[in-house]
Amino acid sequence: MKVVIIDYGAGNIKSIQFAFKRLGVDAVLSNKLKEIMGADKVIFPGVGEANSAMKMLGESGLDIIIPQLTQPVLGICLGMQLLCNDTEEGNTKGLGVFNVSVKRFPNQVKVPQMGWNTINNLKSELFHGISENEYMYLVHSYYAENCKDTIATTNYSQIYSSALQKNNFYGVQFHPEKSSYTGELLLKNFLEL
Amino acid sequence: MLAKRIIPCLDIKNGRTVKGVNFIDLRDAGDPIELAKIYSENGADELVFLDISATLEGRKTMLDLVLKVAKQINIPFTVGGGISSLEDVEALLKCGADKVSVNSSAIKRPDLINELSKKFGNQCIVVAIDAKQIHGQWKVHLAGGTISTDLDLFEWAKEVEQRGAGEILFTSMDHDGTKNGFANLVLKKLSEELNIPIIASGGAGNIQHFIDTFQLGKADGALAASVFHFGEIEILDLKRKLKNNNIEVRL
Repeated sequence: MKVVIIDYGAGNIKSIQFAFKRLGVDAVLSNKLKEIMGADKVIFPGVGEANSAMKMLGESGLDIIIPQLTQPVLGICLGMQLLCNDTEEGNTKGLGVFNVSVKRFPNQVKVPQMGWNTINNLKSELFHGISENEYMYLVHSYYAENCKDTIATTNYSQIYSSALQKNNFYGVQFHPEKSSYTGELLLKNFLEL
Repeated sequence: MLAKRIIPCLDIKNGRTVKGVNFIDLRDAGDPIELAKIYSENGADELVFLDISATLEGRKTMLDLVLKVAKQINIPFTVGGGISSLEDVEALLKCGADKVSVNSSAIKRPDLINELSKKFGNQCIVVAIDAKQIHGQWKVHLAGGTISTDLDLFEWAKEVEQRGAGEILFTSMDHDGTKNGFANLVLKKLSEELNIPIIASGGAGNIQHFIDTFQLGKADGALAASVFHFGEIEILDLKRKLKNNNIEVRL
């Protein structure tokens, strides 16, 4: 199986590659459109800030290619947020796969949310073998609202989408590559889709 | 609900853990990778590696170590010690570190925080602050607490938040090493006056100290070294007791 991790800038995406390696899969880091389109599974990670990330995607034509992919795609953290319609971070227009907006957490809670929080209302084969209320590791200041594509929710200041799915597109706000054995199981499930 | 974090800290010199580590069933007590694995398998929520190498060779060894840790550990980890430039941070993140912690270099040149946060995102920039009370005022210290500054703890903490720190790791030098508990009054004030997570460090001696720092000190996480390294407190046992006290933890 060929797994490609989209490499469109600086940031810590090595961890994702290492997580797949622990599952016995050599995932490739690539920004080549052909290689990404030809993969069996595509990981769309998040790096830094939304506006500059979208610019980097635009420069390489990835903004056009990603929404057209037909194999299973997993957006992680900012990757998931960029698959949404728009985000308040830098007033950025997203790729529009998920019909939902991304907003900043209100200041009644500490921002960023940093640490382990539970996932609930699980509704996808991505969570096969994962129970309600298991903990995942999250680090983020912006969140996707609830919508019809929501397949998991988390509570921080309010209940929001910690995972989304539409057709072959999956998105998770948490970092499965840093979420201990539960996260590993989720990545394994993704490989088996 | 967001869980409170338990964070063991490992001091690294030239690629090896220093300050005693006394685990049963550990083949090599100096091997940080083996220690990190044990901690991550036994309930640690995060790890901190503090590089205290003084030489360039030691620093290079640290990068290699970070890479090896990232390959094997499935929980987040922070690297601190001697970080003073964008290049330092870039190299660490490329090897798989999740966060970096800056201290003295941020005091010497506060713009570093803005630059790092802008380039890498505030979520990966931890500012460590060491402070102690001098004539009733909390004063920030640098260079591992050896040099005192005129900076007031609370003013400096607010400044680093405003400059883009994603988290503060606060060590009370008055409490560090005493095993008499964390500096909960100060922690509570930091936690209430700031809107970023605060990690408590310095003073852990028993399980009640952790309960207190979460309940009284309002800390978001608690960091400790020797009580974990010497097996005085077992992380899973600690977390069970925290849960019995209605403190949210990942078990």
